[in-house]
Order: sequence, then C-alpha cells, then structure tokens
Amino acid sequence: MALYSEKVMDHFRNPRNVGVIEDANGIGEVGNAKCGDIMKMYLKIEDDVVQDVKFETFGCGSAIASSSMATELIKGKPVSEVMKLTNKAVAEALDGLPAYKMHCSVLAEEAIHSALEDYQKRTGKSI
Amino acid sequence: MIYADNAATTKMSEAAIQTMTALFQEAWGNPSSLYGHGQEAKEVLEKAREEIAAVIGAQSQEILFTSGGSEADNQAIRSAAALGAKKGKRHIVSTAFEHHAVLHTLKKLEEEGFEVTLLPVHENGIVRPEEVAAAIREDTCLVTVMFANNEIGTIQPIREIGAICREKGVLFHTDAVQAVGHLPIDVNADNIDMLSASAHKFHGPKGVGFLYVRKGIRLTNLIEGGAQERGKRAGTENVPGNAAMATALRETASQMPETTARLTVIRDRIIRGLSEIPHAALNGDAERRLPSNINFCFEGIEGESLLLLLDDKGICASSGSACTSGSLDPSHVLLAIGRVHDVAHGSLRLSIGEDITEEEADYIVRSVKDVVAYLRSFSPIWRDLTEGKKQFIL
Ligand SMILES: Cc1ncc(COP(=O)(O)O)c(C=O)c1O
Repeated sequence: MALYSEKVMDHFRNPRNVGVIEDANGIGEVGNAKCGDIMKMYLKIEDDVVQDVKFETFGCGSAIASSSMATELIKGKPVSEVMKLTNKAVAEALDGLPAYKMHCSVLAEEAIHSALEDYQKRTGKSI
Repeated sequence: MIYADNAATTKMSEAAIQTMTALFQEAWGNPSSLYGHGQEAKEVLEKAREEIAAVIGAQSQEILFTSGGSEADNQAIRSAAALGAKKGKRHIVSTAFEHHAVLHTLKKLEEEGFEVTLLPVHENGIVRPEEVAAAIREDTCLVTVMFANNEIGTIQPIREIGAICREKGVLFHTDAVQAVGHLPIDVNADNIDMLSASAHKFHGPKGVGFLYVRKGIRLTNLIEGGAQERGKRAGTENVPGNAAMATALRETASQMPETTARLTVIRDRIIRGLSEIPHAALNGDAERRLPSNINFCFEGIEGESLLLLLDDKGICASSGSACTSGSLDPSHVLLAIGRVHDVAHGSLRLSIGEDITEEEADYIVRSVKDVVAYLRSFSPIWRDLTEGKKQFIL
C-alpha cells in the first residue's frame, strides 16, 4: 500500500504549471512556514478567463500535488467558475487524499480564492 | 535500494533468522513444562539470557525479556516510580528529547501526582551532567536519560550521569535502544541501574527486547499472570525471538570496532558532502554521535517531499517534519535543540547500515543535493529568502 494514490504521486513527481507569472494580475499566498505548508498562486486573467496560472509550493507531497491539480482545474476557465472551486473537487480529482492531508486541498482552494481577491482589488472588478 | 533508516529498524541478520526458524521447528516446547522437551526450550531461553547479559557486563538473572524497547521503558520507569512513591519521593529527572515511550510514561505519572523535570539538551543535543546534579532533589526517585538519541544520534555522558546518581542515591535508567550493539556498554562501569533495549535495532526480530535491572531493584509488573520472568512479566516466553535477539546482539556487538571505524568515515563523508548545500545545518554534535547517524535541516524545503523524491531514487530515509509524523508539530527532538518550526520541517535523518559502500554514500549525497535544489526551485519561502524578503535562519 502506498501512502498516496497514483494520481497524487503523478502530480507530485511531475507538477503541472510550476513557476511564476511575471505579469500576473492576481497573486495569492496562503499557509505559513511554521505549519510546514505555503502555497503561492499566480493568475493571469484576461476577458474574465484564467488564461494562465502558475504556482510555487513549500510543503509535503500532497501539498505539491494539490497545488498542481488545482492549477489544472482552473486553467482556461472563466473566473465565475474558478470562484466555485472547492477543496473537495481538488481532492477528488486526485483520487482522494489521506484524511490527515485534506488540509492540503483546503490550502489549494484558499490560495486560488486569495489570488482572485487580489485580482479584484487590483482591477476593481467584481466577480 | 539503499536502506538508510536503520534507526527506525534494521534488517534481521542471516544468523538471527537461522536461530529463529530452527527453534520454531526444534525447541518449540513451553519452557515452564517439566518434561524434557519443555526444559530444552528453557535451556535455550536461559542461554540467550546469559549471552545478552555478557554483552553489557550484567548477570543473566538481571535480564528481563520484554516485547521491545517501549515495554522495557514503561516497566523501568513505572517500577522506579512505585519504589519512590513508597518513600514519598515523587520527582523524576529526564530530558526534553527522550523517546515517546519515556516521555508519555512520564506524562502519565505526572497525571498521577509525580513531578517531572525535563532537562534541556542544548544546541549540540547533549545533556550536561552538572545540570542533572543540580536537578536532583531530596524527593527524586529516578533519573532517566537516553544513551543515544534516536533522531540526531547524540551520545549522552551516561557514565558521568550514572556516577552522580550513585553518589546521590537515586536510581538511574537509560533507554539504550539506539546504543545496544552499537556502542560499548558496561552496566557496572557506566553506573547504570536499569537499561532498555530492543532487538530490531541490532538486526534481531521486532517485538522483542529486554530490560536490564540491577539485582535488588524490585520491579513492578505491567503484565500479571503466570510466574514467567521471575514473576515480573507474565506470559509464555518468546523463545525463538529471544534466542534470535541473543544471536543478533552477539554478532552485531562482536563487529562493533570495525563497524564503528568504517561507518564513522562514511558518516563524516556524507556530512561533509551535505554541508556543501547552502543554508543547511547538521543537527546534533558532529563527533559525539552514533557512527550511523546523519541528521540535517535544509532551509526552504519540507521533509516529506524530500523523502518521497529520495524514495524515487531508491533511498530510504526519514524526517522530523510534521507531515511525516501525522501531527502539526515537527519533531520534539529538533525543537529541543533549538531548531525553529520553519527549519525543523525541512529535516532529513539518514541512519546508515553496516554494509553501506562509499559509492552509495556519494550517491546519497548527490541525490540529496539534487532533490533539495529541485524543491527549492519552486519553494515560495526559498524565493523570499533569496530575494531578501525574509532572513535566512541557517
Ligand atoms: C530510543 C528509543 N526508545 C524506544 C524505542 C521503542 O522500541 P520498540 O519499537 O522496540 O518498542 C525506540 C524505537 O523506535 C527508540 O529508538
């Protein structure tokens, strides 16, 4: 029995959308080093659509996999839809997470919502 | 696969497996039975006891077989507490970085009215004997200090602490689970009253261990029932397991001088290699540590992801990160030596085995360097540190 699902391991080993977006117009960072998880999401939103997304994560395997999966779930999606992303959707897309790792998916949801808030603040647009 | 997690458990030696499997077939009788077949098993058991006693300079009747290190720790501490309580002594001295088998037993005793002083272990992970002396009070009934720490491998000044306890008339117990078979131990010269050991840390089977108890110290039972183990631990004895423990201990202990010499060189080679990683730090004293133990903190990364990627490279290791313990806090050992949460999460413990080669050591160093650099490449903390938005701790 492995600790994580194949999906989690795939996203952990080959994380999608890693890095930074220099001209991002929405950036969100959540978590803290004391607890051992930090996620940072960079969004490039144009015409109310997430044209590009990148992440940086300090954390365990499931934190990295959750960030990666979350970026895949929102890339190319309209902002209105991205707003509705839940941690459950992230965890389900990963074929589940161990119970004590569910907070990693929560962090991913929060990081994206925080980046959207930043976008709202920067652009004055309501979503 | 390179197995570098020997502090967690070791592979059974061929000789120990031989002893064990042969006994399953041969001396399978009950040692308490009076017919020949039972007595045969009894002889095997007593021979094992003698062999184990000889390795640590004890007498065979001072060895009590247990289910492992945890049980031995529990029984030693409970016994000293019961003896102390009879005389109105309800104070125990220990350290902040003991194994949970000790710390949780002490916590229970606190709930039962005992007072516990946990001594600091300082930045180097070593208890100061003079602080032990200063902590001992009129009502102290026990000092319990581990021989070598299971996470950072630091070796404690056991003989000095034992001498202090002797002088002050206080019982001295040491959790020697990481030391037995790997470091020279003589319970008399080292002034030890009680000592815990576990077979699976020196190539014996899991679920088997022993408690050394100096003659004249009255034990409290944890398990009531039959009169086995001089009435101090009920239950039909694990004859094959105990005999295999003796085989493993004799073998490991007899190879100790060569193993120590060889592993110390390899350990230091790995430490030198990993020290080249920027913003990394060795945990625990560089010299007064087990020849098998290497423990580092790497700033800006988290330990579990490091372990998973090392596993992908065929290296088995461990970490004191919260994510590997299933709790929110990183290792209490790393916190005890003053590592703050932020860096304690990024720790790596390598506990190398006797058969490691120099090539494997170099492969470990290369792999850790690669993985740390990779994880840092997308760590937001590392970015903040390198861009000067946060101060480096290491
Ligand atoms: C220092 C120390 N004490 C106690 C134990 C517990 O031993 P066992 O697993 O045999 O109960 C261990 C093993 O993890 C240990 O390293």
